[in-house]
Amino acid sequence: MSRIQESVIIRTVVRIMVPFIQLFALYVIMHGASGPGGGFQGGVIFGAAIILYAMIFGISEGKKKMSDALDKILASTGLTIYAGTGLACILFGGMFLQYDAVPLLPDPAVVSKYLIDLVEIGIGITVLAVMISLFFDVSPPEPEPEEAEE
Amino acid sequence: MIWILDITMLFFLVVCAIAAISIKDLLSSIIILSAYSLIMAVVWVEMHAVDVGFTEAAVGAGITTVLFIATLARTEGRSED
Amino acid sequence: MKTLALFVVVITGAMLIYAGQDLPAFGDINSPSYQAPMTQYFIENSLEESGVTNIVTALLANYRSYDTLGETAVIFTAGMAVMLLLRRRET
Repeated sequence: MSRIQESVIIRTVVRIMVPFIQLFALYVIMHGASGPGGGFQGGVIFGAAIILYAMIFGISEGKKKMSDALDKILASTGLTIYAGTGLACILFGGMFLQYDAVPLLPDPAVVSKYLIDLVEIGIGITVLAVMISLFFDVSPPEPEPEEAEE
Repeated sequence: MIWILDITMLFFLVVCAIAAISIKDLLSSIIILSAYSLIMAVVWVEMHAVDVGFTEAAVGAGITTVLFIATLARTEGRSED
Repeated sequence: MKTLALFVVVITGAMLIYAGQDLPAFGDINSPSYQAPMTQYFIENSLEESGVTNIVTALLANYRSYDTLGETAVIFTAGMAVMLLLRRRET
């Protein structure tokens, strides 16, 4: 455990900041339709929040929040949401990813808006899972905690 | 277009780029690269490409730096030349 | 070796600056990217067709959705490749 990780200030600030960063990430994902932002950026920010947590509280603590198995499941879930949206458009008689073919609401533009949001969520889930798994895979193995020093 | 801001930002961009490749310590090089990305994000936003600037700030200045530092922790932190 | 590298960099930079003279000015209404017919079409119709006010999102997630699907697949594949190569198996 390095000196940075032991610092009370940094640990407290990170513990307070992480939920707000995640909230901002969700805002960026959902606001992608009407302003700057989108699934990719929001996913990266959400991943950065958990990476920040894992950097300060240790890799093993981070893996409790985001285990390796959950990473794999989320990464494939996001892509499945995206491709599934496209396949649903085929099922309703349109072409692949032709959103206005889905007859959920009378106005095709509104259907397209909601499906774009769904697709952005899919992108966000994939990106956040991949970013976190990249960090966990690349980061050096944690040294064994030394109990004798206590 | 605010050309004074543009010229200043582009000047700092060039300074950061030269500093990043000429510094021996790789950790400092990574931090300067992160600053480069941040300035680049400001330039993108100033050119009204907010989405690109957003991506640059999140990916270039955030995740890339973290991944570089994590990789650096596994290797030795000095450049050969 | 360093002087050679500097020489190459200076030559490339000079060529880029020379080529940059031909670029249209910032925000030029006569620039080819603005005069292209698809640009006008997207500006006029993207709100009615896709229902989102951000044209960038409308392009990325509606008109070029297939492209974005490919992008997401690329990220997914990259993550899976790193996972396969670097993840330590706990046995």
